[in-house]
Order: sequence, then C-alpha cells, then structure tokens
Amino acid sequence: MKRYSVFAIAREAMRHHSGWERAWRSPEPKKHYDAIIIGAGGHGLASAYYLGKNFGITNVAVIEKGWLGGGNTGRNTTIIRSNYLQDPSAAIYEKARSLYETLSQDLNYNVMFSPRGLLMLAQTHHEVRGYLRTVHANALQGVETEWIEPARVKELVPIINIDGPRYPVLGALYQARGGTARHDAVAWGYARACSDMGMDIIQQCEVKGVRSENGNVTGIDTTKGFIGCKKLGIVVAGHSGQVADMAGFRLPVEAVALQALVSEPIKPCMDVVVMANTVHGYMSQSDKGEMVIGGGTDGFNNFTQRGSFHHIEETLRALIETFPMISRLKMLRQWGGIVDMTGDRSPIISKTPLGNCFMNCGWGTGGFKAIPGSGWAMAELMAKGEPGPLAADFSMWRFKEGQFIDESVAAGVAH
Amino acid sequence: MLILECPYCGVKAEETELSPGYEAHLKRFGPGSTDEEFESYMFARKNPKGVHFERWRHAYGCGKWFLAARCTATLEVFGTYPAQSSEPPADLVAKIKAKRPDWKGYK
Repeated sequence: MKRYSVFAIAREAMRHHSGWERAWRSPEPKKHYDAIIIGAGGHGLASAYYLGKNFGITNVAVIEKGWLGGGNTGRNTTIIRSNYLQDPSAAIYEKARSLYETLSQDLNYNVMFSPRGLLMLAQTHHEVRGYLRTVHANALQGVETEWIEPARVKELVPIINIDGPRYPVLGALYQARGGTARHDAVAWGYARACSDMGMDIIQQCEVKGVRSENGNVTGIDTTKGFIGCKKLGIVVAGHSGQVADMAGFRLPVEAVALQALVSEPIKPCMDVVVMANTVHGYMSQSDKGEMVIGGGTDGFNNFTQRGSFHHIEETLRALIETFPMISRLKMLRQWGGIVDMTGDRSPIISKTPLGNCFMNCGWGTGGFKAIPGSGWAMAELMAKGEPGPLAADFSMWRFKEGQFIDESVAAGVAH
Repeated sequence: MLILECPYCGVKAEETELSPGYEAHLKRFGPGSTDEEFESYMFARKNPKGVHFERWRHAYGCGKWFLAARCTATLEVFGTYPAQSSEPPADLVAKIKAKRPDWKGYK
C-alpha cells in the first residue's frame, strides 16, 4: 500500500494522478480462513482491523452482502460522544472516542474527525437533574463533560432560541471533546488498512447459512459458495436476528427503522453538535454546509430502510422551536436505516451458544460513535475466546440474568 | 403510510392514529417460572424479516388494542383481528399462505 501524504499528492500532481492505487483489493474468497467476519460495516471492518493489529491474526475475510459501509455506517448522523451514565457504556464509548482522535494517523486515511464539541440540551427539570447526575458519573468515569448554564449555551450556539414557550433551554450537558467524523471514510479507512494487512474483503456476497458441528462453526454458505473458518464473528446490525437464526440461536433484538435528513447547504452557522432529547431531534452542520438532522425511531418492526413520514415531521416541528432560523430551510434528502434494538438499549458483544462464534450487535441508534471501541473489544473477544474488560458486561445472557446496562432509562430515549 | 383497519370500530386508521405494541401472542410467565421463561417472555423476540404478528392500539380512535399481521420486509398488511384471539384466525393464516408460499407458519 502506498502511503497517503503531502508528498504523494505532489508526486501525483506531476503525473496527472496516474499513480493512485485502488484503496482495497476485491479478491475471490479462499476456501478457508482463520477468522470470518460477516458484515463489512464500520464495526465489522474495525473488528477485522484490530484482530490484525492487536493480535496478528490476518488470515481473515470480511463478507458483505452489499457494498462495504453501505448500511448504517453510511446512514447515520456521524455524531461521536461518550457522555453515558452507566460505567460499562462510558468505558467502551470513551475508548472509541479516544481512538477516533488518532484514527486518521493510525489508518493513514483522513476520517475527518472533528472534535467540535457536543451539547445535550436540558429542556425540562427532569432532564436538568438527569444530566447533572451524568456529569458527576462522567467525572468518576474519567470522561470529561461539564454542565453549562443557558447563557453559555447561547454563546456556543448563537442560532438557538433559549426561551422557547414549550421547551426553554435550562442548560446543557457539554462534552467539548465530542464531535463528528466522516462516516464513509471510517469504513473506507479501515477497509484499506485491512486489505493492506492481507485480509480479504468480499463484497456482493450474501451469507445463506452457517454450518456447525459439535457446537462449533465450521464455515458459512454464501452466494459465492462454502467458505470454511476457525472462528466466526457476526457483525450485521439490522439483520443480526436473521444471521443468528441461521446459526441456530435467538437474540433479544428487534429491528426498527431510524431516519435522518439533511437540508440544503447554507453558510456556517453552528460549529457544535446539538442534541435535544426531550423533543427528540439532533442537529449539526456538515462541512458542505448542510444541516444534518436526526430524530427518533419508528415504533414497529421494519426491514425496509425507510421510515414513517410523520416522524420526520415531529422531529422538524420540535427543532424549529429551538432553532427558529431553520424554518425556512428546504430539506434535500431523507433516508432510513434498520437498527437493532435490545431491551436495555445497550449493545451485545458476546460469546454465543456456538463455541467459536461471536456476536457484535444491538448498537441500536448509536453505533457509529462506538466503531473503534467496538472493533477493539470484538477483536479481543474473537482472538482470546473470552471477553476482555471492555466487552465483559455486554453479554447476550445479561437479559436472562437481569444484569442490564440500562441506558434507555438513563437517557429517557433511545440513543 | 401504514394503514390498519381497526377490527372494533372499522375505521381505516393511518399510522398517526395508532400506537405500536410490538410482537403479539407472547406467552406470559408468572411466579415460579424459570429465568429462561422470563427471558423468552420479556426479551427474546422472533423479529422476522417477513410475516409478523403484532399488537397495535387505536390510540386516537376507540382506544382499544388489536392485533395485525404485517410483512416487515414490504410493509404489506395482511389483516387485523381482535386482541382477545389467542392465535391468528384460520382465514387470515390461509390468506397469508396464499400470498407467501415460502412462509413457514405462525409458530
């Protein structure tokens, strides 16, 4: 792999950009791999990357039904934060956030991580108390967050209306090190680095079945034939239940649609990320100038990658009170993704009833921010066969045991 | 837009009139049940990509709960029936089988 650098740009400028290589190979699958990861989204590719980087396991294939990064990795609102209430969540999301800080250097690929700061608005007294509690919890967890008063909110976000009649801004939970990154670049950067280590990324290859013998996976049936493996990682987000079904076990997961939308591009007007959980809308401005807007999930099982229009309407109606200037913006694009929701709204990074099969799913509506930490923890689980400290609490059996990591209660909303 | 006919008041209600209630026909477990049984009742879900039986409430209409059969892959609605049914009515199952020959059945 040729490294990207200022010298590479200068060199290519001199020869009409004829020397750029493809970022990753597209090989045919081999007959057998040490490890197969199903799903070439951010989490799957990151899992493969840290298997190679941290554990030296490079005879790895990443199998993808569509194209890499084409699922939720390419459909989220790119927000990165780690201001969670529960200790296991704070640990893994903070690990992810700290890895994002140096990810561009690590991958030699610009993921455009922008730690521009992130506000979670408190618009009810209940939320004020909740976020004060989170700030204290974060202080104990070593996650840098602070509580800020409405005047400071107005200073950070001049376009905000802090005196809304229904939902005045009473303060905010501020994580200055939170921000955004270029979502596609995260997938592409990991894919390029994986391919460089000799891993095979096999796109347009759908998994049709999981074969097992004596409680261990022997390989997978795909549209490109049977591929054998010593270890299998399932990292397929919305379709986790379907692949788990092929492997013969059931997950505490339901798939629902989550939508996002962007406005027409406008001049820079907001250089932080703002989340308003009471009204359930969040907004940031992309580098192109579009306002990137997300809202809540639909309330019914859905695999169609499109959601209900009235949820968009609700999100915008709520945000217009808080940001009156967006009322005259035209919305350019709207899309949906299928998210895998667990009962406690926390992920699953877990062993499964099959000995050499591992599951990484349940990231629900907030997976993008976790990609590097999730990959780090999944790689450790797959390499050692036992979860490390980051993944230990995210077992799929915690629902049976009542050991919830209850972020749905902590936040009052899915996130 | 999703439109479901309320089996009680006969109104063809669109989504904003309804509240979703997820999977129907769950077996409820009570005192004396095992951890596995409680997990199956509270958390384990079929979550099929295809025919799904689910609960809905006509929240901004008659206010009653009812059940619906719907395809999660296409959003096609096969039919609705009263919440007092312990399993889907036979004519609805036959109708779904006719439309979805690959469907493995309600269990």
